[in-house]
Amino acid sequence: MSVDKDTVRRIAKLARLAVPDENLAPMADALNGIFNWVEMLNEVNVEGVPAMTSVVAQKLKWRADVVTDGGNAEALMANAPDHEGTFFVVPKVVE
Amino acid sequence: MSTSFTLALARDALKAKKISSKELTQSFVTAIEQGRPLNAYVTETPEKALAMASASDAKLAKGEGGALEGLPLAIKDLFCTKGTLTTAGSNILGNFVPPYESTVTQNLWNAGAVMLGKTNMDEFAMGSSNETSVHGPVFNPWRARNSNANLVPGGSSGGSSAAVAADLCLAATGTDTGGSIRQPAAVTGTVGLKPTYGRCSRWGIVAFASSLDQAGPMTKTVRDAAILLGSMASVDPKDSTSVDVPVPDYEKLLEGGIKGLKVGIPREYRMDGAPPEIAALWDKGADWLKAQGAEIIEVSLPHTKYALPTYYIVAPAECSSNLARYDGVRFGRRAPNARDITDLYEKSRVAGFGAEVQRRILIGTYVLSSGYYDAYYARAQKLRTLIARDFTQAYEKCDVLLTPATPGPAFPVGDKSDDPVAMYLNDVFTVTVNLAGLPGLAVPAGLSETGLPLGLQLIGKAFDEATVLRAGLAIEQAAGFTHKPANWWKV
Repeated sequence: MSVDKDTVRRIAKLARLAVPDENLAPMADALNGIFNWVEMLNEVNVEGVPAMTSVVAQKLKWRADVVTDGGNAEALMANAPDHEGTFFVVPKVVE
Repeated sequence: MSTSFTLALARDALKAKKISSKELTQSFVTAIEQGRPLNAYVTETPEKALAMASASDAKLAKGEGGALEGLPLAIKDLFCTKGTLTTAGSNILGNFVPPYESTVTQNLWNAGAVMLGKTNMDEFAMGSSNETSVHGPVFNPWRARNSNANLVPGGSSGGSSAAVAADLCLAATGTDTGGSIRQPAAVTGTVGLKPTYGRCSRWGIVAFASSLDQAGPMTKTVRDAAILLGSMASVDPKDSTSVDVPVPDYEKLLEGGIKGLKVGIPREYRMDGAPPEIAALWDKGADWLKAQGAEIIEVSLPHTKYALPTYYIVAPAECSSNLARYDGVRFGRRAPNARDITDLYEKSRVAGFGAEVQRRILIGTYVLSSGYYDAYYARAQKLRTLIARDFTQAYEKCDVLLTPATPGPAFPVGDKSDDPVAMYLNDVFTVTVNLAGLPGLAVPAGLSETGLPLGLQLIGKAFDEATVLRAGLAIEQAAGFTHKPANWWKV
């Protein structure tokens, strides 16, 4: 399977990366280099093999459905690139 | 005062009141300033360090204090530290000051440790040479015999490995997703331990690939790794994958020797084209263990060669998901002049992430996208089951595995940065361990023909760090690795 410029453009859009047009072809080459190498996985018969879902044998932990933290709005705003009070500011979304 | 103490010796000297933490910490502050040409630290916190040292001295004077009281450490810049800049080596987090502390670092401060600063690393821990950092490369304190060429310190925990090797800290924290503790340790003549997945909490560590990431100690000796792991490890309700297994006294468990220990040698780790000095060192390691009473057994891990390509599907898939949070809205850098919200995301992300991170986000997005998921991601998850099963079967015959740590010594800066797959191959011996969630330890074992450190790796059963460390101690004692890099960096 080979990745072309248009495919890179499409996945860049899905990944929310504004990859400039002149970088699409070099990125396609780099990805193809990696995907060609990964192709060797097709040699392995994986029929009937379960997909790994957890690397350690452990039941996912449960905890009581209660509030354990919160009320930190001021602290959370400290790293915001733009905010008004305890609201994040973004470009207009609804016309 | 010398900064060449091991963690254990500094601890004992502090307890015996032969030195104070303040004197010791001041020596490190000076060594770090002199070591700036190595670029090992991205943020130095001398004032914080000296204040913590004074508090420790007050406790030590009263005969109180925790397991690490007054001991100065370096922290990889992937651990969130409350009130101290945390960048993960990325431009996108360039000005991020966490309002909280990671569980692992909190455990260290609770034990009395002193923070010297934050160490350089590959961007978001994606790299094997520390060259993808937005803060620039780290230089390995080691240079080849008769050469002035700058070498990489390994990666992604390259700042930590260089800081430990150059005596710019007593010990450091690292994280390991595919080899990022063990590979840098091996190429800097230091000790690096990746614990079992779930042994150290991941809470507050900037996420790369959540099913593989694990924090661990980077130290000068195996004993130091046992001491530091004892304080880093905990059972943490804030991390649902933190496993409910009590933390033993790893230092005490170092005693007892390796008589009767069954050591497996996986035949698939003898790779075509590997330098003969790597195989020779491996054979020597097996002889050392045998001479101390271990039984050497050949075992097979048949899916070894599929581990790296499996990793380069699983890790980017998880990375593309984890890094979706960097959107220029709630924290981190925001690109100016965005037309609308989508434009804001796209421009902020492309400006904030470096080339390798973008490459991995795109790979991950592709292998998870509709129509390709089964061919790539689902297949890789099945391969992961087979790789983990290989280990389970090998451990029916042995207690621990001995392998090389890296395919070669440290390489020159710039040597492999244009060829992603060549760079990825640095982790060929370490990555299997992450995919199977097992503990792995790199121990310095000798010098290459060019005079550079080489390491051996011990791989254990899940939550059997104690056996891994005991076997590591046996290698360390037999190797008698006392070499130090020449101090060429002092300004």
